[in-house]
Amino acid sequence: MSKQKISNWGGYPVVESEIIKMNHPGTFSGKRGDTIARGLGRSYGDSSLAETIVDVTGMDRFLAFDDKTGVLRCEAGVSFATILEFFVPKGWFLPVTPGTKFITVGGAIASDVHGKNHHKEVCFGNWVSEMKILLASGETVLCSPTEKSDLFYATIGGMGLTGIILEAEFALKKIETSFIKQEALPAENLDTVMRLFDESKEFTYSVAWIDCLAKGKNLGKSILFRGEHANLIDIKDTPFANTPLFYHNKGMLGVPFNFPSGSLNSLTIKLFNGFYYMMNKMKGSGITHLDPFFYPLDAIANWNRIYGKKGFLQYQFVLPLSNSRDGMREVLQAIAVEGRGSFLAVLKLFGKQESMISFPQEGYTLALDFPIMPGLLKFLTKLDEIVLKHGGRFYFTKDSRLDPDTFKKGYPRLAEFLEIKKKYDPDGVFSSRQSKRLELT
Amino acid sequence: MAKALAVEFAKEGFNLQLAGRNVEDIGKTAADLQIRYEIKVETLYLDVLKFETHPDFFNNLNPKPEVVVAAAGLLGDQKVTERDQSATLRVINTNFTGIVSLLNEFANYFENQGSGSIIGISSVAGDRGRMKNYIYGAAKAGFTAYLSGLRQRLSKKGVEVLSVQPGFINTKMLQGVETPKPLTAEPEQVAKMIYNGFRSKKHVIYTPGYWRVIMFIVRSIPERIFVKLDL
Repeated sequence: MSKQKISNWGGYPVVESEIIKMNHPGTFSGKRGDTIARGLGRSYGDSSLAETIVDVTGMDRFLAFDDKTGVLRCEAGVSFATILEFFVPKGWFLPVTPGTKFITVGGAIASDVHGKNHHKEVCFGNWVSEMKILLASGETVLCSPTEKSDLFYATIGGMGLTGIILEAEFALKKIETSFIKQEALPAENLDTVMRLFDESKEFTYSVAWIDCLAKGKNLGKSILFRGEHANLIDIKDTPFANTPLFYHNKGMLGVPFNFPSGSLNSLTIKLFNGFYYMMNKMKGSGITHLDPFFYPLDAIANWNRIYGKKGFLQYQFVLPLSNSRDGMREVLQAIAVEGRGSFLAVLKLFGKQESMISFPQEGYTLALDFPIMPGLLKFLTKLDEIVLKHGGRFYFTKDSRLDPDTFKKGYPRLAEFLEIKKKYDPDGVFSSRQSKRLELT
Repeated sequence: MAKALAVEFAKEGFNLQLAGRNVEDIGKTAADLQIRYEIKVETLYLDVLKFETHPDFFNNLNPKPEVVVAAAGLLGDQKVTERDQSATLRVINTNFTGIVSLLNEFANYFENQGSGSIIGISSVAGDRGRMKNYIYGAAKAGFTAYLSGLRQRLSKKGVEVLSVQPGFINTKMLQGVETPKPLTAEPEQVAKMIYNGFRSKKHVIYTPGYWRVIMFIVRSIPERIFVKLDL
């Protein structure tokens, strides 16, 4: 079979891979080495890139749904967008969702994705009750918290290294409307936004957009969004009172080609202007549809292309709660001094989480993106040091450049994970560019 | 292809009976369509090659459908089918004999009832035999002729027969076969065309439509030139 050039959402790195479509479970019979499952390619770096890529997007069927409990069973290639399209009108929502709906269920488990409700409802994996996994031996097994629990917990956040997730069962969340009661609170600096996060702990959803170019006493200037699912009574005076579960998946605006890399600066400025505009406009509270609340960037298909052909790097880390204030200040200072603003910087307070190698831990997380430009890697190495100094760690799903030591320091249970991987994949069939770079496989 | 068509009919609110050998897999598609479109979907075991089971298969259908779609197909490996008798027969029996054996049951029932629709998925490969796939092509040519005759017979009795002549479709059948990208359609796109053809009571459709032109040209090539070509 011929090789194809492929990259993930960040556009970097680009590799040549053999791509096997897995339309029907069982057609992949295990290969020796360098095989990884891939869904919609929304991880940013090299997590789902390998010599052989098993494309699971054709496995896209719902298998069972219990409308009393909301428990849904589906194949791993089903996308969050599809779940929303069919279940929001029936009054159900995803228990946890990241900032894009163009991901698969398999990818959501492998990355153990988090969202604006992490402090209350943890990660997506927290809602999964059972999985069917294709192991390296070609055998298909079920796992759950009570059956092959080691495989179950290692697969959640396990980046596809334990096998190929074929099916999953998880609970959806009941909603009365497809709308969100949202509040937007401006914060003049880091201390204020952290205080707002503390005060917003009872809100189901909270997140802040942060202006990385603000300096001095304005360091950490941001706007915090918090929200709750609107009930029928909340929308009774709106035009949507009669269509409380309104949802449509159409009307996507595309960015059809890569912008020339140089166009970024002016564009960034425009986006920042928009950011300030929103800050002024959105004070106070309002009712908004869940789509723009959760997926503001999905409205622009292929927004990653505004970074041009060279692509961009996402950078996301989390600091332990006790070090968050000092660490975050130091990182923001470094960014402001360097003047490398990323137009989208997202700050979020995570709650407690017990997990093997999932990314979140209690404390503050910051996600940034940087266009690939000369000097960037050196600058990021500087940020890495600050993060490590404060006991932080990095997100697999967004990484394409870290060195093994820097990465491993943040994950004390890595050895345990690798033991389980070895048990279920003794010949090392499953590995990615990332797992090799980080010397995990 | 059958799956994409099932989706298209499900979207339009039809209840479905899905029949095939792999009932486990078909059962999953059935569950999916039930959940998405809130219709009734039944899964039935059917082996197109077990001719003797066909009358019982038909008799046990309850209710009897209003529309029947014949989408079974086996391309086979031309090189193998040239030499191996069992492979040749499998291709012919899947694409022609087995389907005819089944459709006869439906045709007679629809004729008596004075209503019903038959959709047969044939292939442009049946429009002219080519060295690269003529066993498959011959079976499809037979099927196309069958549908044509059936249509003439049943159109007088209020029964619709639609012949579908697809070109390259990006399905499992062509996995691993090199096809020209611009001429390769997605099954969902073809399913929509077939559904529209059914709705507007067409007799013969090429999917996508440009295949009608391509095949007209292919058929027009004089035999003495055709024998020298490799297409």
